Amino acid sequence: MHDLAPLTALGADAPLHETIGAVTLTEQPDFALASLSARRGCEKEAAIALRKIIGHAAPAPGRSTNSQGLVAFWVGPAQWFVEAPYNSHEHIADELKAAGGDAVSVTEQTGGWARFDLSGETATEVLARLCPLDAPQMQSGAATRTSIEHTGCFVICREALRAFSIWVPRSSAGSVSHAIETAMRSIA
Amino acid sequence: MNQINRLDGGQIDRSQTLNFTFDGKSYQAYPGDTLASALLANGVRLMGRSFKYHRPRGPLTAGSEEPNALVELRSGARQEPNTRATTTEMFDGLAANSQNRWPSLAFDAMAINDRFSNFLTAGFYYKTFMWPAAFWEKIYEPIIRKAAGLGSLSMQEDPDQYDKGFLHCDLLIIGAGPAGLSAALVAGRAGASVILADEDFAMGGRLNAERFTIGDQSGADWATSTVAELATMANVRLMSRTTIIGAFDHGIYGALERVNDHIATPAPDKPRQIFWRLYTKRCLLCAGATERPIAFANNDRPGIMLASAMRSYANRWAATPAHCIAVFVNNDDAHRTAADLVANGVDIAAVIDTRSTAPDSAYFEVIKGAQVINSSGRLGLKSISVELPSGEIRQISCGALGVSGAWNPNVHMTCHQRGRPVWNAKIAAFVPGPDGPPGMTTAGAAAGVFSTAGALENGANAAVAALASLDIKATTAPLPRAEDTEARLTPFWHTSRGKGRAWLDQQNDVTVKDVKLAHQENFRSVEHLKRYTTLGMATDQGKTSNMGGLAIMAELAGKSIPEVGTTIFRPPYTPIAIGALAGRTRGMAFHPTRLTPSHHWAKEQGATFVEVGNWLRAQWFAQPGETHWRQSVDREVLGTRASVGACDVTTLGKIDVQGADAAAFLNKIYCNGFAKLAVGKTRYGLMLREDGIAMDDGTAARLAEDHIIVTTTTANAVNVYRHMEFARQCLWPDLDVQLISTTEAWAQYAVAGPNSRALLQKIIDPEFSITNEDFPFMACGEITICGGLRARLFRISFSGELAYEIAVPTRYGDALMRRIMQAGAEFDVVPYGTEALGVMRIEKGHAAGNELNGTTTALNLGMGRMVSKIKDSIGAVLSRREGLNAPDALTMVGFRPVQSDRPIVAGAHIMAKGAPHDAAHDQGYITSACFSPNLGHSIGLGFLKNGGAREGEIIELVSPLTGVNVDAEVVSAHFVDPEGARLRA
Repeated sequence: MHDLAPLTALGADAPLHETIGAVTLTEQPDFALASLSARRGCEKEAAIALRKIIGHAAPAPGRSTNSQGLVAFWVGPAQWFVEAPYNSHEHIADELKAAGGDAVSVTEQTGGWARFDLSGETATEVLARLCPLDAPQMQSGAATRTSIEHTGCFVICREALRAFSIWVPRSSAGSVSHAIETAMRSIA
Repeated sequence: MNQINRLDGGQIDRSQTLNFTFDGKSYQAYPGDTLASALLANGVRLMGRSFKYHRPRGPLTAGSEEPNALVELRSGARQEPNTRATTTEMFDGLAANSQNRWPSLAFDAMAINDRFSNFLTAGFYYKTFMWPAAFWEKIYEPIIRKAAGLGSLSMQEDPDQYDKGFLHCDLLIIGAGPAGLSAALVAGRAGASVILADEDFAMGGRLNAERFTIGDQSGADWATSTVAELATMANVRLMSRTTIIGAFDHGIYGALERVNDHIATPAPDKPRQIFWRLYTKRCLLCAGATERPIAFANNDRPGIMLASAMRSYANRWAATPAHCIAVFVNNDDAHRTAADLVANGVDIAAVIDTRSTAPDSAYFEVIKGAQVINSSGRLGLKSISVELPSGEIRQISCGALGVSGAWNPNVHMTCHQRGRPVWNAKIAAFVPGPDGPPGMTTAGAAAGVFSTAGALENGANAAVAALASLDIKATTAPLPRAEDTEARLTPFWHTSRGKGRAWLDQQNDVTVKDVKLAHQENFRSVEHLKRYTTLGMATDQGKTSNMGGLAIMAELAGKSIPEVGTTIFRPPYTPIAIGALAGRTRGMAFHPTRLTPSHHWAKEQGATFVEVGNWLRAQWFAQPGETHWRQSVDREVLGTRASVGACDVTTLGKIDVQGADAAAFLNKIYCNGFAKLAVGKTRYGLMLREDGIAMDDGTAARLAEDHIIVTTTTANAVNVYRHMEFARQCLWPDLDVQLISTTEAWAQYAVAGPNSRALLQKIIDPEFSITNEDFPFMACGEITICGGLRARLFRISFSGELAYEIAVPTRYGDALMRRIMQAGAEFDVVPYGTEALGVMRIEKGHAAGNELNGTTTALNLGMGRMVSKIKDSIGAVLSRREGLNAPDALTMVGFRPVQSDRPIVAGAHIMAKGAPHDAAHDQGYITSACFSPNLGHSIGLGFLKNGGAREGEIIELVSPLTGVNVDAEVVSAHFVDPEGARLRA
């Protein structure tokens, strides 16, 4: 076991957790992330490999699946991100590669992104100040890419109207979370 | 004087009194007032001075179309010029000042312009300030700017915040008058998602301003109860104080919501305004209509206003501009102004109707077939001159005159995508044409349906139709009884009788005579008319004046009004502050910032940061006692070359390339060969653009047969990724390649200097040998460090020293940098920033962004031979163009000053010794320069014609602009370790 201590995307020892008005923003550092792409002509094999790990059929465009904390969401043609609890699946990329072999290209993305959860009564109003998504229409499990604070992010609806996860490029986590907090204060 | 012109009734809350000031004088008002209604109630008609002639002016309207009553609202940093008093919602403590006058509104010295009006006619600027040309900028323009203009800026930073937002709906309804409310009820009850937007703070449109009844209620009460019902529907979003400013592509509308303009100061963290982008499936424009004036001599005196505005002031705000009023009309509708005012106890001097067929009234005199031909009263209307059908002139005393030339539907937004309105002779007005923005329909007065009953029915039906096209079934409920009179008018645009100027566009001081002059001077197209006379420009965009101008031009040209046509309406519908367009994107939040994994550590070390794209990178790390950046940078360079230094290089783009054809793909992307790159090896690569110019350089490290990591320069990371993705998807879709960015997934540090290996050996787990034999120059591999953390190691060098780049998952980046410092303490490790990085790469002669500047080729960079001839790659063919391969092509070389204390200056141009300093003798230019602490003098890199063959030549570096003239010697670009022994050590 190595002896290097991790730091959150915001440069703190502990994750951000803030409630403003009726919404709460929580940084979620304890998730691993990996991308999986089907190699040319291997879409079927890639889907089988994905099912082996996430226990679900590969999600369709705009959708995510969730099975015991293993979440997959569609990010491009024959391409998905898989999110998993860090403690049990730090090496989710290796797991996916082992399942898919030469049929898939897998890339570790854990360090590339930071997850922020936004929840509460007015969560969709906060999102309306941040991005062009029609958040009130997103059903639980909807997942899509959008731009927040000029930064490409993924938004996953965990519970319609109430709870969303926002995956933010890690280096921009400070600016994007600041924008989210600013919107929360605007709404409050 | 205490609200002497306040009437009974109205939709104001008399239980509470609000205090406000205008030009420093205190007045009182009620909640529900506008600034204009409150001033009128207080007996103030004079609210501003005109733009050009400084003529006294009062409000012409009661709405957003107002040309005259513009004030500077608020004070200090919040002072805002050109605010319409007619739409400014009253709040306690409101402070407004008139503008465009000196020293006071009642006595304005600049009113002298009015005496010289003969010289200031249309085209005045074009004719008068033609010569001498040199006078324009220094003399004419400042004088004109001082004399003209509307309001002044505070020149202070806006203390308020502005939000942006995004909303979606099935149906956007613009305007909450009878048509809009009726449509919203239908759509809301059908369950469609609806946004109902209205620029006013009270929804209802004209229902709030008229005495009409709907069913058993007053129109205003019906509006209130309808809004209350709509408010209970979760699928309906009511947006009052919201102006739709434009119709854009794909059903997108811009909306400005003034959430906090109606209070003195927004609460902390709350926006003053929100600029919304509305994504709509359908749009129903129910924007109503604007009454148009009739032009006659001196028709601009305070107290002369639109007849409908008078009704608004009386019925909604219980205010009248005077206690004796006349009305001048060409239609039946405006007779109601007299009727309503009589009902409110105001005296009606007379109704002057241009038509001999005008209806009679039992309550006031109607003078038929007559015209108002002049007026008097210096700072406010005192009397009017009326020409009777007999030709006799009758003077009528009155403190205010309501004018109505009938109504123009507000078609503006139907024209935002170049739709053209069509002429409706029945109402003598333009109505929306068939070619409006896709998805938009119109209803109510905006569509030329002027009666209340017509608007209610039209709005409901239009909503049903709009939703039907979305497969949403909606039905209309039985509509309540409402006024249903037909519009009866005889077009009448201006009187040709009477002496004095007849004002068409009061905001720009354009008269009937100006239009005639434009016609006479052959500026006859409407677009020319507009620009020559300025008719329809500025903050009101001619909402009350355009039609008058067109009618007169038609008359002069002997054409019909539709033949003359209209100018194009463009967004925004009403003015919008730049601050609202900027939103939160200003100051420190102008763009998002990307932080490196070692940022927080670097901050602790007192680093100075520099913006590189959105990244903040440490530029240097000043140590105690260092007072100049050069001291820090020199120390960092010398320390690295002497022992070891570390630098965060995470910002360099990293693209993960996988797939069976990964190497074949890169072989096409890079101009040099990559097909045979061995696993565990890294190679320098140069990418060309399709046109043969160098695009970016970097390294590619082969971790496996089907896995290569490409690095790019920091600045080009996105461009290169986009370029590669395009090539993958569009050029070679048959290749098995997958790309994804991993730039920030890995914290990557350069560890450079003769002791770099010794330092890293303390961190890297012992099972991985990094001796020169096991891990030679350009090796790469996956390793573990610090007892098992996965990491990547690359033996590459930008500094020219023995060097490595080591990468770990980003969350451990901070800890790794601290560990490197700790492990390197025995070697006096120095953290170095981008400045030292730059110095070392210039010393080594490595090209960077300065050299890859979008105009240079591989040949220019001294890498011509890298462009492989045995394979095809992007840009290879066009790089062989003759013109890019001339014998005297620019070549990258080094420069050192002949006198060692002189500087080499980046940007300087190169001239042969003794040659003239001009463009014809230009020999090239310096791209990078720095002080080399290793050599003890300034050095530079640059492009010199046939530079490779000119080593030893003394040339002149010049910058005539900055007075630079330095003799320099052409040398090799490799100042330090030209053989490369160090990096292979």
